[in-house]
Amino acid sequence: MIKNKKRLMFFKMISLSLLRRRSRMIVALLAIVVGATVLAGLVTIYYDVPRQMSESMRSYGANMIFTPDGTDSLTDEMIERALSYIPARDLDGYTPYRYENTTINKNPVTFAGVDFDGVKKTAPYWNVDGAYPTRDGEVLIGANVAKTFNLGVGDKTVAVSSIEITEDVDESLIPDYEIIEIDGVKSADHELPIKVVGIIQTGSSEEDYVYLSYSDVEYLTAKHRGYDLVEVSVNSTGGLESYTTSISNGVEGLRAKLIKHVAASESAVLTKLTSLIFIVTAVVLLLTMICVATTMTAVIAERRKEIGLRKALGASNLSVVGEFLGEGLLLGGVGGILGSVLGYVFAEIVSKNVFGGSITFLWWLIPVTIIASVAVTGIACLIPIRSAVDVDPALVLKGE
Amino acid sequence: MASLLELKNVSKIYGDLHALDDVSLTVEKGEWVAIMGPSGSGKSTMMNIIGCMDKPSLGQVLLDGKDISKESQTSLTTIRRDKIGLIFQQFHLINYLNAVENVMVAQYYHSVPDEKEALAALERVGLKDRAKHLPSQLSGGEQQRVCIARALINNPEIILADEPTGNLDEANENIVLDIFRQLHKEGTSLVVVTHDPEVGEVAQRTIRLEHGKIISDEKNENFVE
Repeated sequence: MIKNKKRLMFFKMISLSLLRRRSRMIVALLAIVVGATVLAGLVTIYYDVPRQMSESMRSYGANMIFTPDGTDSLTDEMIERALSYIPARDLDGYTPYRYENTTINKNPVTFAGVDFDGVKKTAPYWNVDGAYPTRDGEVLIGANVAKTFNLGVGDKTVAVSSIEITEDVDESLIPDYEIIEIDGVKSADHELPIKVVGIIQTGSSEEDYVYLSYSDVEYLTAKHRGYDLVEVSVNSTGGLESYTTSISNGVEGLRAKLIKHVAASESAVLTKLTSLIFIVTAVVLLLTMICVATTMTAVIAERRKEIGLRKALGASNLSVVGEFLGEGLLLGGVGGILGSVLGYVFAEIVSKNVFGGSITFLWWLIPVTIIASVAVTGIACLIPIRSAVDVDPALVLKGE
Repeated sequence: MASLLELKNVSKIYGDLHALDDVSLTVEKGEWVAIMGPSGSGKSTMMNIIGCMDKPSLGQVLLDGKDISKESQTSLTTIRRDKIGLIFQQFHLINYLNAVENVMVAQYYHSVPDEKEALAALERVGLKDRAKHLPSQLSGGEQQRVCIARALINNPEIILADEPTGNLDEANENIVLDIFRQLHKEGTSLVVVTHDPEVGEVAQRTIRLEHGKIISDEKNENFVE
């Protein structure tokens, strides 16, 4: 009961000091609010931007590839095992590629069997004039292929694959074809009528390929086999290097590698951003501390008579320090609450303007911001408050 | 009457300056003493020493029989809090606390803040209806009465007043002196430092200081109990 009454009086004194002298304390409060806002805002950005950055960087395509390592191709089982090393939340998409050499109008062209739904995730930068294939016999062709064969969207042609009849050929896929035998080597020309539904423009090597479904590639080559390459799109917040090492060591016959130009630019941007956030936060907190310390020094100088009076009334040095520190900490707490809300607004504005997306509200950041504000204010108050201890109570007896 | 305060050969020396020079005096319990003298006579130094805010260079100060001249600052703070009520010329109310809160501050450092008791103290000085007013909303006389209520709230052994009417008009001076008379009747010991002869004359006893020495110590023949 006694302690409660004393505690109540303590809070009354420190809160009334702030409320009824707000014109003086508003400068310190503003400094704390600005500091807390920047802290909360930048920490929110620090936590949310790698996710947003990763999403943005995903538009540049896959950042990891799997290739065979001592084997002819990659099987579904190998790919599945490799992907199990990447947490589902970090795996944005993947596309296995099966390349085959074939001809159009007797000119060699490389065909690539793909899953078009996967391609949309791992190669979102493909600029497709037309549409993605939706049924067998439909293909996407690169701009260079279109130019070479004078093909446009909607045009039809025939792809021809010369198949050497070996043990791994599925003859059920070529029942009606004439098998030619020269010097004991059996072969057959297998045809696949194709229709161009889209033309790809990327400005890169993709423009030299014809893309079609796995089943069409299989039909054309009459061979069941695995994949030559898998493009994987991974959100890089989890650490790409560690994934590639684990996968390469864990899956026999498969090697995981980073696509350096994409992964490295992500990593470089994130590192620079993180450094910038740390520096700005540290500078702003330091400035906040200096502003609070300056204000508190002025406040204590102004209130020397009040301190003298309190001592004359029997306040110990500890009580005086406690009261001024209490005022500082209360100010820090209020600044922290306001700053954590304004920090979210600040981060949201930055996020919308820079990344075009909304930011995730981090609930745990509210107590962290309040504690940080209180700590910064407390440290800033310590030096000025020390001077309060030196005030002589006899000061109040000396008149003006 | 038993001695409440006793100064035995007290000197306060700053370099070559003897602010108090071998002063001895006794204040009995319930006595009302006025200390008078011109500026630089040593009044403030004596107030500081009696009020436990300073220590003598030489001599002994006994408060309620206890020698306080060699006590530490912490002990002096405790003695001041428990035994002395201070009244100031400039009132020294905390400007962001209202009248009753200002009285409660003294309770806060002494024991337990109690609004009812603080209101009763304000009622005693005729200010209960002004309890929720800030110092800036009170007249000088009212502020001094709040200061008196604050000095009384912890039932101190002695009230020490430094020029209590120095900033007041005549009407308010009379109100304050009436309160002092009432306190004296109730048995409160009062030491009032003043240069105002009218305030000095209404005390039971007047001590005059000059150049750090007591030059006279007289009972007031016209004193009305």
